[in-house]
Amino acid sequence: MATIYIDDKPYEVSDGQNLLHACLSLGFDVPYFCWHPAMHSVGACRQCAVKVFRDEKDRRGRIVMSCMTLATHGTRLSVDDREAREFRASNIEWLMTNHPHDCPVCDEGGECHLQDMTVMTGHVYRRFRFRKRTYMNQDLGPFVNHEMNRCIQCYRCVRFYRDYAGGRDFNVFASHNAVYFGRHQDGTLESEFSGNLVEICPTGVFTDKTLKKHYTRKWDMQTAPSVCVHCGVGCNTIAGERYGTLRRIWNRYNGEVNSYFLCDRGRYGYEFVNSKDRLRHPLRRQKVSSAEMTTEQLDRKKIFQTISAFIHPGGANVIGIGSPRASCEANFALWKFVGPENFYSGLGEKDHRLIPMILRILAKGPARAPSIKDVEGCDAVFIIGEDISNTAPRLALALHRSVRQKPMAITQKLHIPYWDDAAVREAIQNEKGPLFVATPAETRLDALAASAFRAAPGELARLGFAVAKAVCEHAPAVTDLTEDMRVRAELIAQALRDSEHPLIISGTALRDEAIIQAAANVAWALCESGKKASLYYVMPECNSMCLGLFGGRTLGEAAEALERKSADTLIVVENDLYRREPPALVNRILGAAKHVIALDHLENATTARADVVLPAATFAEGSGTYISSEGRAQRYYRVFDPDGDIRESWRWMQDIMNARGNLHASSWQNLDDVTTAMGEDIPALKTLPDRFPRADFRVTGQKIPRQPHRYSGRTAMTAHVTVHEPKPSDDSDSALAFSMEGFAGEPPPALITRFWAPGWNSVQSVNKYQDEVGGSLRGGDPGIHLLNDEDVIKPSYFPGVPPPKRMPDRGEVLAVPLYYVFGSEELSVHAPGIAGLIPAPYITLNTLDAQICRFGEGQIAGMSLSGFDLRLPVRIDNSLPPGVVGIPAGLPGLAGIMLPAWGLLCLDDAEREKGT
Amino acid sequence: MERPLTQDIKSDGQPLTIDEYERTGGYQAIQKALRDMAPGEVQEEVKAANLRGRGGAGFSTGAKWSFVPMGADAPRPKYIISNSDEMEPGTFKDRLLMEGNPHQLIEGLVIGAYAVQADFAYIFLRWEYLQSARRLAAAIEEAYGKKYLGKNILDTRYNLEMRLHTSAGRYICGEETALLNALEGKRGIPRSKPPFPQLSGLWGRPAVVNNAETLCNIPHIIKKGAEWYRGLSRSADGGTKIYGASGRVNKPGAWELPMGTSIREILEEHAGGMQEGYSLRGIIPGGASTDFLLADNLDLKMDYDSCQMAGSRLGTGTMIILDDRTCPVGMLLNLMRFFARESCGWCTPCREGLPWLAEILHAIETGEGEEEDLEVLATQCRLLGPGHTFCALAPGAVEPLQSALKYFRDDFVRHIKEKKCPWR
Amino acid sequence: MLSEEEKREILAEIRQNETAQAACLEALKIVQKHRRWVSDQEIRDLAPLLNMTPDELDAVATFYPFIFRRPVGRHVIYLCDTVSCWIMGYETILAHLTKLLGITMGQTTTDGRFTLLPVSCIGACDHAPAMMIDQKLHGNLTLERINEILNRYE
Repeated sequence: MATIYIDDKPYEVSDGQNLLHACLSLGFDVPYFCWHPAMHSVGACRQCAVKVFRDEKDRRGRIVMSCMTLATHGTRLSVDDREAREFRASNIEWLMTNHPHDCPVCDEGGECHLQDMTVMTGHVYRRFRFRKRTYMNQDLGPFVNHEMNRCIQCYRCVRFYRDYAGGRDFNVFASHNAVYFGRHQDGTLESEFSGNLVEICPTGVFTDKTLKKHYTRKWDMQTAPSVCVHCGVGCNTIAGERYGTLRRIWNRYNGEVNSYFLCDRGRYGYEFVNSKDRLRHPLRRQKVSSAEMTTEQLDRKKIFQTISAFIHPGGANVIGIGSPRASCEANFALWKFVGPENFYSGLGEKDHRLIPMILRILAKGPARAPSIKDVEGCDAVFIIGEDISNTAPRLALALHRSVRQKPMAITQKLHIPYWDDAAVREAIQNEKGPLFVATPAETRLDALAASAFRAAPGELARLGFAVAKAVCEHAPAVTDLTEDMRVRAELIAQALRDSEHPLIISGTALRDEAIIQAAANVAWALCESGKKASLYYVMPECNSMCLGLFGGRTLGEAAEALERKSADTLIVVENDLYRREPPALVNRILGAAKHVIALDHLENATTARADVVLPAATFAEGSGTYISSEGRAQRYYRVFDPDGDIRESWRWMQDIMNARGNLHASSWQNLDDVTTAMGEDIPALKTLPDRFPRADFRVTGQKIPRQPHRYSGRTAMTAHVTVHEPKPSDDSDSALAFSMEGFAGEPPPALITRFWAPGWNSVQSVNKYQDEVGGSLRGGDPGIHLLNDEDVIKPSYFPGVPPPKRMPDRGEVLAVPLYYVFGSEELSVHAPGIAGLIPAPYITLNTLDAQICRFGEGQIAGMSLSGFDLRLPVRIDNSLPPGVVGIPAGLPGLAGIMLPAWGLLCLDDAEREKGT
Repeated sequence: MERPLTQDIKSDGQPLTIDEYERTGGYQAIQKALRDMAPGEVQEEVKAANLRGRGGAGFSTGAKWSFVPMGADAPRPKYIISNSDEMEPGTFKDRLLMEGNPHQLIEGLVIGAYAVQADFAYIFLRWEYLQSARRLAAAIEEAYGKKYLGKNILDTRYNLEMRLHTSAGRYICGEETALLNALEGKRGIPRSKPPFPQLSGLWGRPAVVNNAETLCNIPHIIKKGAEWYRGLSRSADGGTKIYGASGRVNKPGAWELPMGTSIREILEEHAGGMQEGYSLRGIIPGGASTDFLLADNLDLKMDYDSCQMAGSRLGTGTMIILDDRTCPVGMLLNLMRFFARESCGWCTPCREGLPWLAEILHAIETGEGEEEDLEVLATQCRLLGPGHTFCALAPGAVEPLQSALKYFRDDFVRHIKEKKCPWR
Repeated sequence: MLSEEEKREILAEIRQNETAQAACLEALKIVQKHRRWVSDQEIRDLAPLLNMTPDELDAVATFYPFIFRRPVGRHVIYLCDTVSCWIMGYETILAHLTKLLGITMGQTTTDGRFTLLPVSCIGACDHAPAMMIDQKLHGNLTLERINEILNRYE
């Protein structure tokens, strides 16, 4: 700790910080632009000027930039010094010389950091009377709007895009007061983190393009703390609504998970909530002929009559299929109704086996499941079988920090503070800590990696097992290892052993048990060697982990149960079964069931075949719990009351239970009751009711408002329906209110509905919620870590090393799934911006295989896989190993193909006839 | 009077070949340094000579070299760079040295490299000096040919590779840290210090940047010693200085004179005084980014400390003369436009403040000035001071302006009151 | 598409540098030597040779004034507009050139012969006013000398 003096008063600050960090952490309002708590200092904007004094007698002092000045013991400074204030106001005046002052029409207004800093410095009068420079804007794609005239050249955008996120198609051009931030040519920004520009940019240069289509000021938005549903990382978000539509997603700071950044899928996928394909009313579907089905919209009363007709009293004839994208409470309500024997996880068969295995590995094993923040601190990383840039993008972003850990030793030797960003990067150059990628096809992380290993899943697992053995001799050996793989394994093992915090990443993307086990072996071998090893398994969906805890049976068993008539009614909660298993099996399930009741947000192939469809609330329309890949249970809160008959799945289930005399849910008054019941039945979740804020939580007797105190139009917005002022809806599920009235101060971190502080209207206000800027939220980052709590036992290594790669039968190739951040995930593809970026389906193979099969780029190839007769254009990708082809995973229309799978590849008949 | 740097430069404008250079005593210092002196001794000699950087900052060269980590544990490779990006307005001294005697620079660079045990030497040359480029390239090749460069120089086991790098414009690249970025193939944006280039300079390795004229002094210091070098000067700083004058003088040019020569001597004896019909109004002594001096400063010694005490700076030592038939406001406008255009665009005050000053000066010059403008100009000069901006470009830019507001205030007022430029 | 000769020269330059990026300005000058200016397409063609993306290369190219990212005439007149040349008659020279060529600063004559650009102090202050045309320095300019000098350029 160091003692510094601000206006002659002593303060304790942590060592090694810069003065801006220290002052902001102490609560002083020092303005800044180019400094950022995650990107640190460059000293460009000159806004953070303060005065420092040599000693007590020095009354003159000199102006320094607080972001670039080390807070050493005894530093004397003044924030309020007259000259410093004059300079800061002057700095704003300089920025205002070219600024268009278009606040009334600028999207940033209301959360504009430039506005805030301008007011803070007291600059009010523009003396500049000359022409302002103007720029041409670019079309940067569907997510980020470009309005360069507002630019204050703080360089944050290019520093984030390039230095922090590794993007290379965006830069700063020209010089002097013509510097321009954009692309060499118009075009969609390639980085999947481009959306962060809209929060990084302190002005309205980069703004949310999707918000523009339904623009609303920040002060007019009703917001609630939420969790992203588009992958398993569990980034925290704030979702905003007005007039019944979801308008935008902001980053919600969580120091352990996403900190300041989201990926574009999470930021822009929300539009599925507003989709015209939303189910809003119960539907009754009936088959009139083999080809035709009628659909009738029914009201609640009638639909429950129908449902009651389907379900026997007590519900014994019902089986339930849950979902890894439904909340814990939704799954639990279904589980409670049908009972554990009749609960089916709704996972694909492979996932169904792998996810519980992963849970056991993480819960019982010595390797810890790291948070994203922990990942950033890991200094050696080995990825087996997972293309995390597409399956867990925020995790991939964290690895950019991980590979900097080891090189930071250079900066320590040169006495360069960690926050002197430009100096750090100059000293480190292109040095990177060890990152090893082992995947079938190339990934965007290859550019960061020390080496990339391309192989079929079996070989990837063998490499993993070999690394484990090389780390610790007690691990099982790998026979018939090629020399290349042996050398590689040695290299990777060496790097992992030489690190302080090694990290192994794997996941379910390749649906390969051996890969999962190999990853565990490596981590355990490291632990046995005395290393604090971390193990991160990427879960495909936002609540996959939960299904692992619930257990249940497979979909194959569901088909059997229905076929042997032990049940005749099926309830499917928020799950399109055609995405889980090949159509043959799903058709069996839906065909064998006499009655199918499906709950979901959007129409899909399953709801199309259901007898009753109930409209389920999305994350924005109901509250619940998701468990992320690292085992963090997080609560998301309803943002707004949905229209129509949309309700949370658990409430539908409760009504069904009540209607059929199943009393388990009869005492549930609100979400808390469900969570409590869940904790009683599922031991792993027993801590949740006590750790999540309860619905009756109040601060000085008040609820926490979802609306800012400036929220306007409350009484007018429904005047077209009725002139009577509506009573604000009551939220019995949480301590949040659909109102602007309530506790206006800082709520507990899990209940933060928006970041705002007096004078800090923008996202920079997050500073005020942290004890140390850039650190944890005051009161602790939200989320409950469920794993790492259990007793750690010393597990034995997984012995099942797969044999060397099988020689394929003539013409047979192994098709592996290739994931796309835009396209592979079910819900986000309903957002128009994302839909436009989905690749057209294709099949990719390397040149050699193409030559053997005599394919050319663009020709149509045929392949029969898990019941699909695919006809796809060929693409050549020489990163693929021989005998392996890649097919995009989860694209609309291709979702049911279970990959990896072996199949015969042949030239499409039509192509063959062309005589090529 | 000894003129070690320029006495051998030929009047026909042709450069000295390597043989001619050797005949004048060139490349003897290299032998002495590499064969008879340890690197540390070379540093000490240069320090003792009181050689101060000739690029404008005036920092002790020996001290600058002493910050380069030495010894077996020092990070490698190490670099020494000649800052030949001379672009300070009114300055052309390095051009004369490089065009006239390129080997002198090369020899200085090699000795400097040896003193800090550099592995590579770069000459960072501005693009516009095409003649210098041709001559330096030829000279480097000649030097390699005679084993003054390359592996095992003169059988001393010292290795040094030298490369000529030509730039593509931009005044800011003459700032040493921006130069380093430019040399790395990046935009020429300066860096903050610390860390100093001697610790993390080129690609994160130790690098020391010296002005071309500074380096040209090195062979002579080594050959004849620090004491001799100090004796050449008329002040505390050692050696000679290439002074220059441009503007309405009879003989604009550059002359090597003892450090500390007076302005009067440079102006009247060497520049031939003012042209017929013109009289002296003011002098910017060291290139555009220095404060005006007036005719009552003519006896001022042109050395670092004297100029500073008179309220200006020696800078590059090449004077720009303001005559009485040239409008001071117009001159300031021209200067400010230069600085605004040459701003790299990194920091707010320089990027936005300098163009604003240029606009105001333009308004005043074209008769659209307002009374409040003078107050704005004066305040801006204060606000654009050292430490307020990221580098020294803007503080340099306001030096002539702040002194002009002091000395030529009436001229500004006339423009505003008469709504036109009285000189036009 | 870059020609084989351009690529040869560029690769030779890259080999002389410690990193490919360090050679980027020189590479741009090579392209400019062959084509007089560097177009968007050439930026895209050149970048991969330097292990850079087009954006990275363009970020550097647009910083430096002697890399032309717009077409220029057969000859480029760089007229020094900095203080010493200004004192010694820059404005008169500029007015003369403007009248003679029918273009203002930044423009190219309609016959594609000359582009007129300003240049910051070229270190010829002892021969002010001065200009460069292509690679040659012309100092001590007078209106008569200018006419004579320009005639030498096709």
